[in-house]
Amino acid sequence: MEKKLLLGDEAIALGAIHAGLSGVYAYPGTPSTEITEFIQTNPLAQERGIHSHWSTNEKTAMEAALGMSYAGKRALVCMKHVGMNVCADAFINSAITGVNGGLIVLAADDPSMHSSQNEQDSRFYGKFAMIPIFEPSNQQEAYDMMDKAFALSEELKEPVLMRIVTRLAHSRAAVEVKEPRQENAFSPATDNAHWVLLPGNAKRNYNDLIGKQQAMREASEASVFNKAETGSQESSIDGKKLGIIACGIGYNYVREAIGDSMNVLKVSQYPLPATAIKELADKSNELLVVEDGQPVVEEDVKALLGKDYTVKGRLTGNLPRTGELTPDSVGAALGKESSAAYGTAKNLAGRPPQLCQGCGHRDVYGALREIIDEYPDARVFGDIGCYTLGALPPFKALASCVDMGASITMAKGAADAGLRPAIAVIGDSTFTHSGMTGLLDAINENSSITVIISDNLTTGMTGGQDSAGTNKYEAICLGLGMNPDHLHVVTPLPKNIPAIAQLIRDEIAYEGVSVIIPRRECIQTAARHARERKLKS
Amino acid sequence: MKKDIILCGVGGQGILSIATVIGEASTEAGLYLKQAEVHGMSQRGGDVQSNLRLSTDPIWSDLIPKGEADLIISMEPMEALRYLPYLSKQGTIVTSSKPFVNIPNYPEESELMAELDSMPSVVKLDIESVAKDAGNARGANMVLLGMAAPYLEILSVEQLRKAISVIFARKGEAVVEANLKAFDCGVAASKG
Repeated sequence: MEKKLLLGDEAIALGAIHAGLSGVYAYPGTPSTEITEFIQTNPLAQERGIHSHWSTNEKTAMEAALGMSYAGKRALVCMKHVGMNVCADAFINSAITGVNGGLIVLAADDPSMHSSQNEQDSRFYGKFAMIPIFEPSNQQEAYDMMDKAFALSEELKEPVLMRIVTRLAHSRAAVEVKEPRQENAFSPATDNAHWVLLPGNAKRNYNDLIGKQQAMREASEASVFNKAETGSQESSIDGKKLGIIACGIGYNYVREAIGDSMNVLKVSQYPLPATAIKELADKSNELLVVEDGQPVVEEDVKALLGKDYTVKGRLTGNLPRTGELTPDSVGAALGKESSAAYGTAKNLAGRPPQLCQGCGHRDVYGALREIIDEYPDARVFGDIGCYTLGALPPFKALASCVDMGASITMAKGAADAGLRPAIAVIGDSTFTHSGMTGLLDAINENSSITVIISDNLTTGMTGGQDSAGTNKYEAICLGLGMNPDHLHVVTPLPKNIPAIAQLIRDEIAYEGVSVIIPRRECIQTAARHARERKLKS
Repeated sequence: MKKDIILCGVGGQGILSIATVIGEASTEAGLYLKQAEVHGMSQRGGDVQSNLRLSTDPIWSDLIPKGEADLIISMEPMEALRYLPYLSKQGTIVTSSKPFVNIPNYPEESELMAELDSMPSVVKLDIESVAKDAGNARGANMVLLGMAAPYLEILSVEQLRKAISVIFARKGEAVVEANLKAFDCGVAASKG
């Protein structure tokens, strides 16, 4: 078999292609972006015409993937964990409609918040929707699972959730690949009663979903990805026989720390294999749950075994309550002595990320900084993107950053409460993702806010993917009902900072919605495009 | 045999190219490999690192435990110090000697160098000057890889040279030659 060196994300992408994928739908988000990027450039995917165009947001992606599944094809939808919140309506209801072609929803969680605003655990969403969850422990398993997960989805006629974490998404290892499977035939669903979620149909479907839970549990008990391993030595710590439940990549840290010495139940497919857990509990005095993210399994195992059985994990402080697992934290929980020889260096300073030198967002903040200094009551409501770095020195310009699109709506709410000047800063891609509806609210009430759509013609923070609204921003704003007198496009360059600041001053004075669009290409994508032109010529 | 390596520097300095070359050489040599990278926001002028684990036996964790790294390979001297808790007692630091100052509170350079020099095994070099002198100003990362090559042990200098040829082949023969030259300068400046 052929071996390829792949990121976890790439293993998932190739696994999906080889499993007969017909379309991937996604909005870029670290650490999930590379899945779709891989499919966009893969020769077999191109030859087969696999859909891989970026979606406007995770909800449109989820719904389009469900539509492709409806037509009988295998579809994949990818997002970072917070994208699950955006697509939750479609996601939860896809378990009520069920699927036709196999549908995998991939959520890339980011414990430790390397590049995120929370560390929510997507396994909760899987439980909430009552569907199977796959959680690979390594790159090979990530690849192998795709075909199995599609097959299970088609067998159960339900979507399945695949949950990964940053350390798997962005770590490379060799993966053995298989012969590609053909795509599914085009065969649209015909059972309207299943797909039209009127209450009468939905009640029946919901009962069907509950009826499938037993089959989901049986699939987990029989899964090749869940494995009870008997330790080579008497499995004990402090004289007590310890059993370990190791979920996803937690399994690797356990094996790194103690080799194959203890009794371990590896869990990579949910619902939890309850029988295997009870068997491990019977052999042990207590259990340690090693899971990356939130204590999802720890709570469930406690509920399964009752209050008299000792279950240790993140809730009991045996593992840290927050942050990603590390070989060190898992080693410590298993009694392994650290071999650390040196402490933290004395001559060390933090080096936070920064806006690139020459970036147009810098000039926007150059102007905004003048405004903030002039108007002590001004608040600049920020959003999600590179420009969130405007919160850090030297700009220190942002009052908030919460979720995709919240800049406009929070500015509106604050303005409704009397805050002046209320300014929103949002990027072009974030605006089409979730800002347009908020702008419509503001226009309908002519709220006194000044919205800056900082347009760099790309989705910058995730590496420069296409932005859904490029070349359409003025038309979108006018279409939503913007007064053209208060819609301006400027070029963010250092020499234009005074003029941009003056424009902001003028629009702040206007008691109504203003939109200023500073537009200049991201310097990273501009450099890349220049290189590509050079190569062509 | 196994080698645990922390590659580090500042976003944009080219540590991922070093990782790619080592990855190619390891795959060619039939070694087991895990390489955890940092993507996303941290690329922009912030600290970046990659955990690289090479072994003749299967590897479990993608991350290196504290105190177990055999090598820290750093494009920047303060960034080398950032990962001290991961360095094993017998470990070696191979680093650029030239600070990259893009923060207002960068430590006093002489004290920083003194702390580096107090470590048992350190190899320092002004890799940017060496790269410039070799006519390849953008090849500092390959100079650094050359400096680290004699300490890698699990891979030979020749295996790394071959990997450089493979990785840069699509950019043309001139780029391959320039990177090999930078690499060779690094090897010559190291313990050889």
